[in-house]
Formats: sequence, C-alpha cells, structure tokens
Amino acid sequence: MKYLSEYRDPELVKQYLDQIHHITTKPWKLMEICGGQTHSLVKNGILDMLPDKITMIHGPGCPVCVTPVSIIDEAIYLAQQPHVIICSFGDMLRVPGSKKSLLEVKAEGADVRILYSPLEAVKLAKENPGKEVIFFAVGFETTAPANALSIIQADKSGVSNYSILASHVLVPPAMEALLSDEENQIDAFLAAGHVCTIMGMEEYYPIAEKYKTPIVVTGFEPVDLLQGILMALEQLEHGEYKVENQYTRYVQREGNRLAIETMQEVFSVSDRMWRGIGTIPQSGFEVNHRYKHYNARLKFKLDIPVAEENKDCISGDIMKGLKKPFQCPNFGTFCKPEHPLGAPMVSSEGACAAYYHYSSVNTPEETL
Amino acid sequence: MELQCPMPKFDFDVITLGHGSGGLLTHKLLQSGVFDIFKNELLNQQHDGASFSLNGRVAFSTDSYVITPAFFPGGNIGELAINGTVNDLAMCGAIPQYLSLSFIIEEGLTMKEFWEILVHIKEATQKAKIKIVTGDTKVVEKGKGDKIFINTSGVGLIHPKANIHHNNIRPGDKIIISGNIATHGIAIMSVRKGLEFETTIESDTTNLNHTIEKLLDRFGNDIKFLRDPTRGGVASVLNEIAELTSLGFELDQKSIPVDEQVEGACEMLGLDPLYVANEGLFVAVVAKEIADELLSLLRYDENGATAAIIGEVNTEHPGKVLMKSRIGGRRVVNYLTGEQLPRIC
Repeated sequence: MKYLSEYRDPELVKQYLDQIHHITTKPWKLMEICGGQTHSLVKNGILDMLPDKITMIHGPGCPVCVTPVSIIDEAIYLAQQPHVIICSFGDMLRVPGSKKSLLEVKAEGADVRILYSPLEAVKLAKENPGKEVIFFAVGFETTAPANALSIIQADKSGVSNYSILASHVLVPPAMEALLSDEENQIDAFLAAGHVCTIMGMEEYYPIAEKYKTPIVVTGFEPVDLLQGILMALEQLEHGEYKVENQYTRYVQREGNRLAIETMQEVFSVSDRMWRGIGTIPQSGFEVNHRYKHYNARLKFKLDIPVAEENKDCISGDIMKGLKKPFQCPNFGTFCKPEHPLGAPMVSSEGACAAYYHYSSVNTPEETL
Repeated sequence: MELQCPMPKFDFDVITLGHGSGGLLTHKLLQSGVFDIFKNELLNQQHDGASFSLNGRVAFSTDSYVITPAFFPGGNIGELAINGTVNDLAMCGAIPQYLSLSFIIEEGLTMKEFWEILVHIKEATQKAKIKIVTGDTKVVEKGKGDKIFINTSGVGLIHPKANIHHNNIRPGDKIIISGNIATHGIAIMSVRKGLEFETTIESDTTNLNHTIEKLLDRFGNDIKFLRDPTRGGVASVLNEIAELTSLGFELDQKSIPVDEQVEGACEMLGLDPLYVANEGLFVAVVAKEIADELLSLLRYDENGATAAIIGEVNTEHPGKVLMKSRIGGRRVVNYLTGEQLPRIC
C-alpha cells in the first residue's frame, strides 16, 4: 500500500503543519467540499492540529446526505412494487425517507440488494428476465459515468428490464449556491479530488474569478489535505484567488474525456432538489430523452408527493457550513446512527457521522 | 479444496425434506455420514444426549453460524462452527472438551457440499482435539434457509491457573492483539454476491485453544482478559470492556497489524478494519510486567506471528476507547452501528 503510506507519513505531516502555523496570520474559514475529506480530517485528528485561527467548514459533498426525502420515498415505493429488485450502494439503505428506510422495507420482504457497481445490476437484470431491476443511481460526477455506462450496456445488449432512479448532483452549481448565499462565510474551497479526476478543473476558473475565492483541488489523505490547506492559505494570505491543483497524481485540467462523453451520452442537466438546501437550478443529471426507457421515473410513472424534511434535522445548516454537528441539540441524543433524524448521521461521508464516530467532542456537553 | 475423506454413496444427490423427517432417510444419512465420520465412544452410544464426567470448574458456550456464502476463501461454515465455539471456550480460560453439533439444512443442498462441510468439521475437531458427542439434523423447505445453518455448543474445563474476568483489568495493563485484523471479514466480503473483487485474501479461521492453553500455563492470572473479536471487530470488543470496567483504552494506530491487501480492500470499500469481523484472532489484556515476554512467546506460536501490543489501559477517559492516529492526531473509536456497509464513492 505504498501509494497510501507516503501520504500518511508523520514527518511530512509535521512539516506541513509547521508551515501552516507559520503562515497563518488572520482567521480563515476553509470549506472542504467532499465528505471523504471531512472524514479524513476528523478520523486522523487533523482538526485539532490546525491553528485556532483556521476553521474547517464541512461542505455538501456527501451524495447520500443531499439526496432529498422525496427521492428516497420514490426508491421505497419502487422497492415495494411486485417483481422489482432494487439495487443500491450500501450507504443509502439506512437513510430515512419520510416514513421508513430501504433497510426497513427490505426487512419487510422487499428485494433490496447492495451492489458495488451498476454493471452488476445489468447482469442481475439479464439473470432475472421476469423481474424489473432498478439501480438507485445516487452520487456526484464520480459515480455518474459508471451509471451511464450501465444504461449504454443494457441498451446494446437489449436488456429491457433494467432502469435507474437517478439522483445525480453536480458540485460546481452547489459551490455557486453556497457562495451567493447571504450567510456565506467561506474564504476558500478545497475542491473534491475524485470529482475533479472525472470532470477536470475548467468549471472552477469562472467561480474563483467571480467570487474572488481560492479553489484548491485536493486529495483525501492527511498529507494531501494539509498540503491543500497550505496552498489555500498561501493564496488567502497574499490576497490571491486562483484555481490550483494539489491532487496532481490523478487530476488533469481537462478531466477524463471518455468518462465525460459517456455521461453526456446518457444524461442531461436538470434542476435538482438538495436535502436541507433546496432546489438548485441546473445542479443534477436526469436520464435524457434518447434513453428514456431506462428512466425508472418514467417507466413506473412515479408521482410521489414531495415530503417535508424532518424539521428537527439541521442538515441544511450543517452542509452550508453554518453549524457544526455538535451544535445541533439532537446530536448524539435523539439523533444517532442507529436512529438517525437525517442522512449526515448515517452516510459514511456524512459530517455528523464523522463527528459521532471519531471526534473527541462526542456530545455537546462533553469534551475529553 | 480436495476432499480428504472419500464420500460414501448416498441415495440422493441433494438433501431433501425427507432427510430431516426422522425416518429412514434421516437414519441413512446419519449412519453412512455423520456418525461414521465423527465416531468416538460417546457419540457411538447414539442416545438422545451424551453422558460424561468432568472434574473441576467448567465453561459452557454456544453459538450459531449463518455465514453467507457458506463456502469462502480459506474455509467453510463447518470449520467456522467448530473453531468459533472452541475459541469462545478458550477465551473463558477453558480447555475445550466436548461439542454438540446441530444442522438446519435448506433442502437442495448437494450431498457433495454437505460432505465437504462434514470433512472440514472433522479436520477442525482433530486439530482442536475435541469430540462431537451429540447433535441434531433438521431440514427446512427451499427458501426458508440459506443452504445451511449450524449451531454448536461446547463445554471445557477451566485451566487451573486461569482467572479471566474484566474486573481484574487495571490501569497500566497492556492490550495485545494476536495477529492481523480484518482478514476474515474482507475474505468473506470479496465473495459476497454483487461485491466480488479479485484477491488472494483467505479467511484466517482456526482454533486458538492450544495457543491460549500455552499462554495460561506460563502466565496464569497475569492474563486478565481474553476475547475473540469476531462480529463488530476489535473496536466493539474494546468498547465493551471499556464500558464494563469504566477504564479508558488507548490504542496506537501504527502498531495495529493489518495485512496490506486487506488494508487496500478496506480503503476501496470504505470500511474501517477496526470494525471488520475476525476469526482466528484474539485480544488479550495483560499485566504490563509480562507483556513483552508474552508477546515474544506468542510470536513463536503458529497463531501469533504478527502479534503486537496495540495499546494500554488508563484512567484518563473512563469508559472510552481512543486512538492515536498514525500522524499523531487523536480520535474516539466508537461502537459499530448496524452492519458496516460499503460506501458509495
């Protein structure tokens, strides 16, 4: 595991931390976009090692967390239909819909399967010609190419009993929504390395320019994160706002052309509702007209009433960076991973789950 | 795996409901299969139960095995069912003696598969030096089970020098792990339907009773506590003890042994090795004076080549498990909630 251990080297970590402490003169608020980055920061104890002047705000980059209740209700409705197999990434199963979660309908007898790849779902559809196989296609630009590919494969091999329930969201529109929010406190972004591996960096230049905000494409290991933070701080301290790339071992400016073309073949950009944030224009993907037969919403004529979000869950404020998980009155008391009020407490990338599992600040009152 | 015992001739290729009826088919299955392969003086009585004498304090344990898939890299449900109960007894400080063995079989299990499971059970009993003295076989309709479920219960004599109890744990005691963590869980995950990935990782399921007996012979009650961190992994076991003792448990991440391939698979699937299930592995809390000596002895044992001291007990954070990360940060290690599910991206 050499490619990982290098980025977890305690000596390098110390060097970056020293530089960060040395360079920081003013209070700055940095948002890491991706939930994977949040977890790495908390799990490795990095938050406590940064200067007091630096505040890390945990961004909305957790696909499970931003999937609205209504779409989970759609998935649950589909799972309850006869002769349907619904397939999902594991994380989605515990997230509560307006009444129950997929894990609960599975226990009641629905055929819900955890898969690691949508291509497995196409295989499952081939093996079960008498069933309708639906893949719950959740995710950012990272999972969209494989989901698009599954439709292309199904189409090429004449598999007609396969469809997807798309809940794809896009990062740049969310960044713009956050920056234009009147309560915005973000001084700089650590952009999500995986998303940029697919999409490249082009979309970020106009954002950095328009909002005069530095954006550093950053990886997920401790050394990546600290280097990304240092690069952002250097810009802030010098009054600059550029797009920079820390994650050069994977991210190229133009992204992965093949992956982008695959997505463009199958998806069109659409407005999308984000849990806790609301509808952001042009911030999601929907299956396009050409492949409409693979759109579960059309195939099953879905018309699920829009359910209200749980009012006790402050996930919107958490994902906008306005509040920390432990500032929620329900954190660790009424809201725990075993009975969550919202998705950030159960998703493996959710900020609340990160604080609950790893942080030394386990409940609002308690500090170790 | 090649079958080591020749399979006897059965009338059927698959297990049918009739094999659990208690009638002729059950009789034939037991006579030509089970009784013959496990024969010993107690089982040979073929009575409703086994009768025997035991002198001294006794440990008694039971466990059910429902693993899916039943056949996995490095073993099958049969040896798991023996090793699991043998190890539970060993963790009580006992020397396992006799086991019961009960099958709940879903109709349609092939005789070949059943035989393979029996052969693995036999090998595991021989290796652990225990006897199967009573048992049961039931067959359920197709769809009412998952190939085969096994229950084993066992008794063992408490080692004369053993005094395993969480109340004996004191601040300053050292936490020892007998080998690489998370191997079994990842081996199973690699063959789960829908999650398959190519790997050479094999389950490390094995019996630990001889290793434990040797350690108890030498260190007696300086071994305060033993536990095999199966479901829920190392993190869950340590949380349980921290809560029971109201003492703090502090781990050092860089000293926790994990196989490189297993660590890579955990990264890929988004799992934390501390929460992944183990077999053939134990956690010991021991007096600090003997920790180094015990570790050197354990490292020469077939089940302890990569054993390590992974932390110690303190009074700083009662009831909590904390870990110093590889890079020097500190974090809480909490209980596992529900099942660890693979992540999304």
